[in-house]
Amino acid sequence: MAELTPKTPAASPPRGRSEPAWGGPAPTQPGARLLVVDDNKVNRLLLARSLELQGHRATLAENGRVALEMLRRDAYDLLLLDIEMPEMDGFQVLEQLKADRQLRDLPVIVTSSLEGVANVVRCIELGAEDYLPKPVNPVLLKARIGASLEKKRLRDQQKEMVRRFATSEVAQDLQQSGFTLGGRRVQGSVMFSDIRGFTALVESQPPEETIELLNTYYTLMFDAISGHGGVVNQMIGDGLMAIFGAPLALADHCAAAVRAALEMIEMIELLNAERSAEGKPAIAIGIGIATGEMVAGYTGTQTRATYTCIGDTVNLAARLEAHTKVAQRAILIDDATRSALGERFAVDALGAVPFKGKAAPVEVFAVAPGRAG
Amino acid sequence: MDAPAIDRATFTELQEAAGIEFVAELVDTFLEDAPALIGELRSARAAADADRFRRAAHSLKSNSHTFGASALGALARELELKGLDAEPARDVAAIDALDAAYTQAAAELKALRHG
Repeated sequence: MAELTPKTPAASPPRGRSEPAWGGPAPTQPGARLLVVDDNKVNRLLLARSLELQGHRATLAENGRVALEMLRRDAYDLLLLDIEMPEMDGFQVLEQLKADRQLRDLPVIVTSSLEGVANVVRCIELGAEDYLPKPVNPVLLKARIGASLEKKRLRDQQKEMVRRFATSEVAQDLQQSGFTLGGRRVQGSVMFSDIRGFTALVESQPPEETIELLNTYYTLMFDAISGHGGVVNQMIGDGLMAIFGAPLALADHCAAAVRAALEMIEMIELLNAERSAEGKPAIAIGIGIATGEMVAGYTGTQTRATYTCIGDTVNLAARLEAHTKVAQRAILIDDATRSALGERFAVDALGAVPFKGKAAPVEVFAVAPGRAG
Repeated sequence: MDAPAIDRATFTELQEAAGIEFVAELVDTFLEDAPALIGELRSARAAADADRFRRAAHSLKSNSHTFGASALGALARELELKGLDAEPARDVAAIDALDAAYTQAAAELKALRHG
């Protein structure tokens, strides 16, 4: 018989995939990493061969239990799953994958010679991307794998975008509970911060320098806030709003917010040392923190939404931040925050202050920088 | 000789897709595994273990179709879909027939494996 088939694997992946410009997850080129699960050795070897000829790397498992262990240990781009297997069959694998937050997005293509539409329907309902009858047609297999990997790439890209433009906490919350507009009541601490005399500063320097300053400022503030478990959810000009205790609950959120505030002040002092060496004016920030119940959730529309918190606590934090100018103190907190701190931080009672929108005057306390206990 | 046990078109297609040498190895694997699967059918029948019986028949069916062993595949499929018979002797007879079909398919595969 004539020599028919070249034995070197075809090097081209199913589709041209290029690394996203913004540096997304590791690209799957040159080939994807696939796990083949089949209790039958002939089927396993043949599927692996088909995949290798397509330029992919195939790892083999002989039943569902072994496959799950491997999936939890190593990362794979796609799973080729048989149904009829001893120990743990394909349906059980699909169920376990669906319940596993780490694995539920893994694309699965079922390859089976199980007969009956009901079985196909059951696989798709359990989350399988596709169903290919055995013996598997290699051309069809290639097309289905290409489509599945492309979908996975888009999904990974989307996840990366959420990670980048939301915070990791919001991204995690979104992944866990999905996106729904609407809020829930949470206990937390809210922080507002902005740069004192920023408008005058903007007018006195070239716009490029202002942008550079803002970028440095935000980088330092984000680090200080997220380092203590807070989430920056709004940036407006030189101001920012951060939440401690939502979307994920945070133990001791009052102390976390105050520690973050002290670190922010410290960062600004370091920045000022650099600025003065360059002959630039120092900057100062004011921070207000209030604690209590608030409504946290996604507000906006189905297509554009933001995670935020609203309520009296939020308004009070904003008022306290504005009051730092009057009080000439960098960090102001409300009574609820102070009570939760106990003796851990040095605070000065500034007395009751009447705030706009508040029926009764509010007790205000200043946290003394550098005197954290 | 009777009708061929191996459908030549299917077998050639497999060789074209996966490579002649690879298919030769695959045939060897099948010839190693299939007798054990037939043994599994017999012991599952003896133990009246419906799951094992169905799985063994299912595997034999699947592999038969891969190599174009149509008659063997049809017999295996029948056992898979029907499951254990209320009358064990009928299953034993069916397994004997399947065994004979396998012997014929195996002989042809051996002859075909190197092209």
